[in-house]
Amino acid sequence: MSVQDKLPVLAFPPRHAAPAPKDDRRTPPDDLARAVAALRAAFDNEAQEGNHERDAPRHYTTEEAFSPVGTPRPTWRASLKKGPEGTDGKGQSGQITSGPATDRDALARRIVSIYLPRFSIERWDRWAARQPDTPPPDLPVVLAIEGPHGPVVHATNRAAEAQGLAAGSRVVDIRALCPEVRVEFADIAGDRLALERLMMWARRWCPWTAIDGASGLVMDTTGSDHLWGGEAQMLREMEERLSLLGFSANLAAASTHGAAWALARFGGVRRVVTSAALEAGIAPLPTRALRIDAETELVLKRLGLKTVADVAAVPRISLARRFSRAGIAQNPLMRLDQIMGRVAEPVNAPDDPPRFAVQSQLPEPVQDPTPHLPSLCEELCRGLAAEGYGARRITVTVYRTDGEISTLTAATARASRDPGHLLRLFDDKLERIDPGFGFDLITLGASVIEDMQAVQTRLDGAVDDGAELARLVNRLTARLGARAIRAPVLTDSHMPERAEVWPEALRQAPRTVTPRPHRPARLFDTPEEIRVVYAVPEGPPAQFVWRRQTHRVTRFAGPERIAPEWWCDKPGTRLRDYYRIEDQHGRRYWIYRDGVLGDGRGETPRWFVHGGFA
Amino acid sequence: MTVLPPLSDRNLVSPAHLLKGRNAPARADHATLSEVFADSAADAGVTGFVMAQLHHANDSDKPVLWIQDRLSRREAGRPYLRGLGLRISILYVAVSKPVDALWAIEEGLGCSGLSAVVGEIWGDPQSLDFTATKRIALRAEARDTPTWIMRRAATPNLSAARMRWRVSSLPSALEPDDQRSPGAPLWKAELFRARWDTPGEWVASYGAEGINLSHGVADPPAPVAITG
Repeated sequence: MSVQDKLPVLAFPPRHAAPAPKDDRRTPPDDLARAVAALRAAFDNEAQEGNHERDAPRHYTTEEAFSPVGTPRPTWRASLKKGPEGTDGKGQSGQITSGPATDRDALARRIVSIYLPRFSIERWDRWAARQPDTPPPDLPVVLAIEGPHGPVVHATNRAAEAQGLAAGSRVVDIRALCPEVRVEFADIAGDRLALERLMMWARRWCPWTAIDGASGLVMDTTGSDHLWGGEAQMLREMEERLSLLGFSANLAAASTHGAAWALARFGGVRRVVTSAALEAGIAPLPTRALRIDAETELVLKRLGLKTVADVAAVPRISLARRFSRAGIAQNPLMRLDQIMGRVAEPVNAPDDPPRFAVQSQLPEPVQDPTPHLPSLCEELCRGLAAEGYGARRITVTVYRTDGEISTLTAATARASRDPGHLLRLFDDKLERIDPGFGFDLITLGASVIEDMQAVQTRLDGAVDDGAELARLVNRLTARLGARAIRAPVLTDSHMPERAEVWPEALRQAPRTVTPRPHRPARLFDTPEEIRVVYAVPEGPPAQFVWRRQTHRVTRFAGPERIAPEWWCDKPGTRLRDYYRIEDQHGRRYWIYRDGVLGDGRGETPRWFVHGGFA
Repeated sequence: MTVLPPLSDRNLVSPAHLLKGRNAPARADHATLSEVFADSAADAGVTGFVMAQLHHANDSDKPVLWIQDRLSRREAGRPYLRGLGLRISILYVAVSKPVDALWAIEEGLGCSGLSAVVGEIWGDPQSLDFTATKRIALRAEARDTPTWIMRRAATPNLSAARMRWRVSSLPSALEPDDQRSPGAPLWKAELFRARWDTPGEWVASYGAEGINLSHGVADPPAPVAITG
């Protein structure tokens, strides 16, 4: 075969036997005489070689007619292939059957395209349903993104659509159309992450799934459909499952990615198109279904091409000339080739993330998981170490004999694969597992994992403090809950209560903080109101009552005025005048007056104790 | 009965040492468990006193484990990092029961990555008995991590804490530039039980190297030099 492939450099003028059927097929309008002569020659050849070879060359020439060059195809290829093996039909037939066979392979794949037309807004709906103030379903809601001239609608819910609000219009315009509309900002990055998770979730139907655009999935379901009772059943099942998640979906199955994409978006409901019906199936679709951008679509529309069939009917050479330098998104010819399977477009499915889970089958039901955990932990950590991962969350699951399942989860502050440490996380918790009348299968899985490189921090090989500290956080978290362990850090804010944030220590390592002068050592979560006797309203108090005790101010310093931060405070927030005062017992407090008299933001200012100095 | 290894030669109390303890008074030269009693819940002077004792944690890359029960947080507020006076980082644990606070202190003392452990326990819980404090004291000494328990609304019952203090705020030192404003904080620190030191009562303040126990409360304070 390879020898034949190198043969094109050989003599160009072919034998008479091969060109004859090709000339016949191309039918030059004025060379009838030549055609007749060629036909005669062909019949002569057939008489010599036998009739059964006849269909194959014709098929071959049909394929050749798709040549993008458009000029009469040099016939050396067919003839030369025939040449080395002699003029008998055997070599030719072997050659010819291999060509269409690969073409059939390209169309033998089955691709399912899932289009989620309302993905953003349905994700928002799911989020809003969990909030205490769930909007009623008839309230128009739009999600907006920042456009060049102010926010632009990105997605709308059904109520908004019924009001005539459409994606792409400006928010100021739709507010004029529909004043009660609720505008939220779209979470594009969150949508992307959710779509990635959905892609992994969709691997329940077939092993190859990938993201297709901003709100679509593509799946290579070749060989998977029979597991679901055929393609129609499979698509129905997919739509059901997605609707249970709250997502409306348009689905289609076809032989190529392009065709499935087009049918899912512009075809009917759950279209299944076989490779034989491919051309007819996509012919009535609009040109947009070719996956070309809006500009190219406009060009085609101006040329009078409105459907895929119109584009396919244009001579290939004309399209090739018109769009010779266009990229793939602007090139209807290449898109058409992809749809028809002439250009390969495989589904590029990312790898599964590694999963780590070990199990232990017990010969008879037992009630105590404690003796099985050490070996499971060791086995799991060996697997994690082999792949270079560490566990952030591990789950013990026991499968009880009565069919129930009981689980227990522990989280870690940083990735860990130390079996002793992971085991200690379950120390006080194992009694929370309900073994019922015994269980006969116990599994230990790492549900959240992270890359973990072995790091040596000190030359003498001593334990590094970071790991020790992380283990402490894990142990505290395992008993007291993640919300009880905090690592305060500073933020850029003047407001004292906002100058520190208290993220969970599982997420944020403790950070060193530089102290400031004139700040209290203790701060109350909510400032406590005091009753004040003062000499002048703008000055410091002379005496105040706090917690039913009278404090006489002996010394004071201040005021230190802290203005509200207009970019995050509510309108109407009053400024604060802070005083450091000392009472008759020598205790030092940080008190403030909320606002000044006559600032137009309320009544007489109130006083609060906000903290205490050392 | 287990015999503790000698932690220092301070077990041998000599008259000279007693005298030394009077003049340059009590400061443990090794880490141990200490208790501080506040006479008022709202008095933040206790916090300042403990922070002055934890001067070694300044600029350390190891955090301080700070454990607070619910009532302490509500009545005395939470520690405010900017006002603590030290460059430290904090790992904060909020607990609801005193048992959890004691357990968290013990867990913290099992970790070598901490510069100190500070616990705040409200009232006189049953679980804070001699056994619990002894466990904590032994662990603190074994790990060489100073451990401080702040007690509010509490009575000094039986406890194994090596040093027990009673601290309240005193009127602050004069501010040289502004006579009307509160100056550097002063505290009345009463050491009423100590294993290796003689008890006493001092006026305490921030010093360049940690706590500065200057003179007896009854003694007249040193005159403040007014400069400028």
